[in-house]
Amino acid sequence: MSTTAVPDTHPPKPQGWLARNKLSVAPWIFLAPALVFFAIYVVWPIFESIWLSFYEWNGLYAADGSSTATWVGFGNYVKLWDDPNFWTSLKNNVLWLVLYMLAVPAGLFIALFLNQTVTGMRFYKSMFFFPFVISQVVVGLIFGWFYNPDFGVIGSVWKALFCEETTNILGNVTFRCSRSAPDILSSPEYATYGIIFAGLWPQVAYCMILYLTGLNNVAADQIEAARLDGAKGWKMLWYVVLPQLKPATFIAVVVTVIGALRSFDMIAIMTQGGPFGSTNVLAYYMYEVAISEYGERYGYGSAVATVLFLIMLVYISYFLWRMYQDERGRR
Amino acid sequence: MFPRPIEKSGTVAKTAYQAFLPVALFIWLLPLLAIFVTSIRGAKDINAGNIFGWPSEFALFENYSAVFTQSAAAQYMLNSVMITVPTVLISVSLACLAGYALAIYRFRVAVPLFFLFVAGHFIPFQILLLPVRDMSVQTGLYDTIAGQFLFHAAFQTGFCTLFMRNFIKALPFDLIESARIEGVAEWRIFWFVVLPLVRPAIAALAVLIFTFVWNDFFWANVLTQGESAKPITAGVRSLNGQFVNNWHLVSAASLMAAIPPVVMFFLMQKHFIAGLTLGAVK
Repeated sequence: MSTTAVPDTHPPKPQGWLARNKLSVAPWIFLAPALVFFAIYVVWPIFESIWLSFYEWNGLYAADGSSTATWVGFGNYVKLWDDPNFWTSLKNNVLWLVLYMLAVPAGLFIALFLNQTVTGMRFYKSMFFFPFVISQVVVGLIFGWFYNPDFGVIGSVWKALFCEETTNILGNVTFRCSRSAPDILSSPEYATYGIIFAGLWPQVAYCMILYLTGLNNVAADQIEAARLDGAKGWKMLWYVVLPQLKPATFIAVVVTVIGALRSFDMIAIMTQGGPFGSTNVLAYYMYEVAISEYGERYGYGSAVATVLFLIMLVYISYFLWRMYQDERGRR
Repeated sequence: MFPRPIEKSGTVAKTAYQAFLPVALFIWLLPLLAIFVTSIRGAKDINAGNIFGWPSEFALFENYSAVFTQSAAAQYMLNSVMITVPTVLISVSLACLAGYALAIYRFRVAVPLFFLFVAGHFIPFQILLLPVRDMSVQTGLYDTIAGQFLFHAAFQTGFCTLFMRNFIKALPFDLIESARIEGVAEWRIFWFVVLPLVRPAIAALAVLIFTFVWNDFFWANVLTQGESAKPITAGVRSLNGQFVNNWHLVSAASLMAAIPPVVMFFLMQKHFIAGLTLGAVK
């Protein structure tokens, strides 16, 4: 450049406070709408729920608009401790958490099976993912029908295996069964397993897609190097591939835990917590005590919700802590 | 690539693999296929217990139109659309703004605020149920379409902000820096520099939020009462009560409820999966 920069001799224009501080004001203007909205509908209600759990309240207001709630301190929590339904729900939550985790290895297994490049593979991958896109309500209905001993698939298979078909003179078909078909969803013992199994179907699809994406990004040179060293099969998977799939595994575990603790739709559709409360989980039990036809117990329901929230908080804190480590690593 | 490409194991293995694929898919989707076949059967088959066999009559049209004429399904579908679309618009717009603020500016509470949005996305619905329901009753939003989409929009803002913030954070910061040196106003940087670049993120969020909210059942149950504001997921449940043991009609209704998200998924597959697997790769 031939011209030299002439120093700017004009005095700087006097700037307003806003212009001088725009970098510290701007983020708040951008944030405000989301923050206000989120605070009203998500943050504030959390505290309100916890607060409510110390009251006994049927959700009604007196004529002058004041609430009819009465303070009971830890009364609701004491009642929870003696409530067998609460313990059943908690036990089922643990069962969900443990069995739902099967979705992670199952998803990995299917992803490994599908991680090929033969023609039409894209189609197969998206079809395998299909169950996740469908509403859990629909999944619940499908499996509810599947398990139905009279009209469902299980019922028909059972008839084929254990029943003898006899036709009497009038032409009416009757079945004689050596054992009657199991009614999975009406049995207190097996109903929860039946629901979890149904819930696994979409969850496995979700984990599968996470792993397929992860496998896509596995470093090819490391695989080749390991192959030259003679690694294959399980050894290769365990020592070379899985460590590289760590981020996918982490996300898969997180979404599976959240999914297990959030299980509500399937239970509401398939058993409504029954038979005899045996398939209840905290998420459904809370709904049941708080606003179902059995009476509105806002305070007690809030106490159940608070317990569920505290359990979830353990996972949320862990997740945030991991994220915080990543954030620091990035700087 | 792992596992080793099947082509390298010879033609036999490859053919066997390709032959097995449809079988595996058939087993995997068996529940769905079964319900589809059921939805096109006549009532006669259902009563006769013909579940696996070839339908004795095809009643595709009859069943699906029966669902519409004998129930409020059309209303439910319309309600679902009217809840889902505004939710997507509001939450994605708010998240663009908030994500921009949290990714670009360095201020002390940026990370804590970001974590607040992330945590909010993971909390159980039950902890919000009573206050949100009470608030809706108080403000006249209970049992309305608006009451549902306002809540969904606020809740989904958490996930959308998480997504947007990380997406914008990954953009080259020089772009913004140089625009600032040029003296471009902050909102113009947002509008003309960043927004065009986050279009893929907007697409991914739009399909994801559409699917999440369309498939919502919990809030549909909690925030509605009558038929006027009920979305299809809650509607299918009440149809289930109405069509007891008319499995052909229940199946038809359930499949109909599933169609919009499925179509959305197949149209925007790339974005959908990109959105869902965010964070699954480093």
